[in-house]
Amino acid sequence: MISARGRVRKLEKTVKEPDKDELSACLLAVGAGKDIQAFEVLFRHFGPKIRAFMLKRGGNRQQAEELMQETMMMIWNKAALFDPARGSVSSWIFTVARNVRIDAFRKTNRPEFDPNDPAFVPDPEPAADDVYEAGQEAERLRGALVKLPPEQADLLRLSFYEEISHSAIAERMNLPLGTVKSRIRLAFSRLRDILGDAA
Amino acid sequence: MKITHHISDELLFDYANGALEEGWSIAVATHLALCPSCRKRLATMEAAGGMALEAIEIEPANTSTEEFSWEAMRARIDNAAPAVPVPARPKHTAGRAASLPEPLRSYIGGDVDAVKWKPLGLGAYHYPIKTSDEDISVRLLRIPAGKPVPEHTHGGRELTLVLKGSFSDISGRFGPGDFEETDESVDHQPIADPGEDCICLAVTDAPLKFKSRIVRMIQPLLGI
Repeated sequence: MISARGRVRKLEKTVKEPDKDELSACLLAVGAGKDIQAFEVLFRHFGPKIRAFMLKRGGNRQQAEELMQETMMMIWNKAALFDPARGSVSSWIFTVARNVRIDAFRKTNRPEFDPNDPAFVPDPEPAADDVYEAGQEAERLRGALVKLPPEQADLLRLSFYEEISHSAIAERMNLPLGTVKSRIRLAFSRLRDILGDAA
Repeated sequence: MKITHHISDELLFDYANGALEEGWSIAVATHLALCPSCRKRLATMEAAGGMALEAIEIEPANTSTEEFSWEAMRARIDNAAPAVPVPARPKHTAGRAASLPEPLRSYIGGDVDAVKWKPLGLGAYHYPIKTSDEDISVRLLRIPAGKPVPEHTHGGRELTLVLKGSFSDISGRFGPGDFEETDESVDHQPIADPGEDCICLAVTDAPLKFKSRIVRMIQPLLGI
């Protein structure tokens, strides 16, 4: 839903907001050739969002700015690892920002699996249809998120913005832990249904 | 490896969101290394995180702040040491197959045969794993075939990931790669299946630690 004010603001903007295909192309250009102009597009689009995201997760403006700069530096250095067949730009950047924050506050690396580890069990080979669908998936997910019942959508938003666990959410919202758990399960099982993934 | 017991949405979501402590995350990430279907669910959650990031409304931009920020970024890139090239993804080293996946293997410092087991009594062994968080106990357990898991009292959450062999309890049979999540409301007594010792990763809220030696001695009697 775009409010009248939102429309006016959009019209006032002199610079056109890049769409997701352009952002994806920019990230690939940074990965392939350290393209500083492509990086500037990413910085101007995501920088303010990452700063706001860090601020929501706690800390002051200066820390949020530092964590944003650190995240963007990580994006500059690791862009070659971005694979558009595996997920969207915003999803990839979310994971980078999340990990920068964990490294900064927990003083430990986030335990993660390593796809190059000999003991790693790789994904089954994707069918040709699945590769085609990877691009559509983000669109469908966006549509699915909008259609979530408000109490489920609010819970996900609050969790993502404030980086709190489901047990902390239960305390905060004064809900029984079981209710929070079942809302999370309902939300994601619904998203998976819409994505046609019964896993 | 046929995995039948997976990570719950609630727990996986906390991991996807960066809200899960290191100890629990070791068990979650190690299961993910073995389980393509849980990785797919993780990817959906991270995509939802990306959309939450994308949806953040920015206050009307303060142009000079943004310019200053971009200049700082440029200076940082210009002054950075020539970027270390991202190492080309090495192919799986053929041959010697490791049985412990990452990230667990690095926490152990080697594979299963490198583990310096400590006896727990009744033929069972454990190997505590150090993390940055003392409130969470992370360890490997080795349970002799056909025997129950010893000293099984815990409060709070407990995660178990089977690495070798299998065990059974009221929730069913758990084989390699299977993941069990329980809490204090579940009264379960896992028993290693006959035939092979069961090795699993067990993560629990650490038992309360008391300074007094006498309290520590009677702690097991009090069941705390």
